[in-house]
Amino acid sequence: MKRLILLLPLAIFLAVALFLYRGLFLDPSELPSALIDKPVPAFSLPAVLDDGVITQDDLKGKPALVNVWATWCVSCRVEHPVLNKLAERGVVIHGINYKDDNADAQKWLQEFHNPYQLNINDEQGSLGLNLGVYGAPETFLIDKDGIIRHKFVGVIDERVWREQLAPLYQGLVDEAEQ
Amino acid sequence: MKRWLAVAILGLSLIGVTQAAIDTYEFADEAERTRFRQLTQELRCPKCQNQDIADSNAPIATDLRREIFRMLGEGQSNEQIVEFMVDRYGEFVRYKPALNARTLLLWYGPAGLLVGGFVLLGVIVLRHRSKKTSGGSGLSTDEQQRLDALLKQAPLDKKEQ
Repeated sequence: MKRLILLLPLAIFLAVALFLYRGLFLDPSELPSALIDKPVPAFSLPAVLDDGVITQDDLKGKPALVNVWATWCVSCRVEHPVLNKLAERGVVIHGINYKDDNADAQKWLQEFHNPYQLNINDEQGSLGLNLGVYGAPETFLIDKDGIIRHKFVGVIDERVWREQLAPLYQGLVDEAEQ
Repeated sequence: MKRWLAVAILGLSLIGVTQAAIDTYEFADEAERTRFRQLTQELRCPKCQNQDIADSNAPIATDLRREIFRMLGEGQSNEQIVEFMVDRYGEFVRYKPALNARTLLLWYGPAGLLVGGFVLLGVIVLRHRSKKTSGGSGLSTDEQQRLDALLKQAPLDKKEQ
């Protein structure tokens, strides 16, 4: 019994060391979204390219990527060609033009090609706020019922797509077909 | 001449920096101003991680400050406003974590450790004292008897050598 008590400090040290060691590999900038498994917040916003109005119901039907972007966002320019490629491969992508000038956004889509099926104009950032967006680019993965299943913050490149998002997207597509 | 120009440019750029985090809000009364200050200091900027939103120049912090101002104007309570932020940005935005099963250790862990330490200290001190009063050698009666017996045997051992 006394022997065991002598081992107690070692045990405590090992437990603390284990936690701290694990802490070394956590990414403190990683923020889990508060909206996972919740529906896309209700909205009614104009389209970027025409006079139409888009609501949360328009996002339903197919699993999709919902990409938050802006012309002032430098890294969105890097991401854009990747989105174009994904769209060519048949991935459904919707765009939220976040706190941007609509004329600039139209020009951008004409110049760099438009990978988005729906183009939502969130000039005031109200939808962005309800989605918990804190910078661009951010991308949400939604299922066919418009439920947010995953959020990715930062630039989607080929590697991110291949290793993180493609399996999840495929999973949602398979789920939708069942 | 060049130096003066450099100083002037530096000075001008500083003006830009110091003005960036100042918004002009008209509050209904002093109480609302205090609540605004308190709330913006209690909420963390999602973009800049280790700053509160009162302190941050990030665009998102500006937006959240405006949102808080709007909600204060609508007469919402502090809890409602914090709840609004947590619903969108997660528990992360609270500098003061909510008290629930997951944060129990965080809230009471340090106090628990302190109390535990005092209890341990008390036990050790008490044991030490009771030992001192009971005999002084620190041996139980059994051990004392064995020791006495061994001491008596000592001469025998010497003869054997």
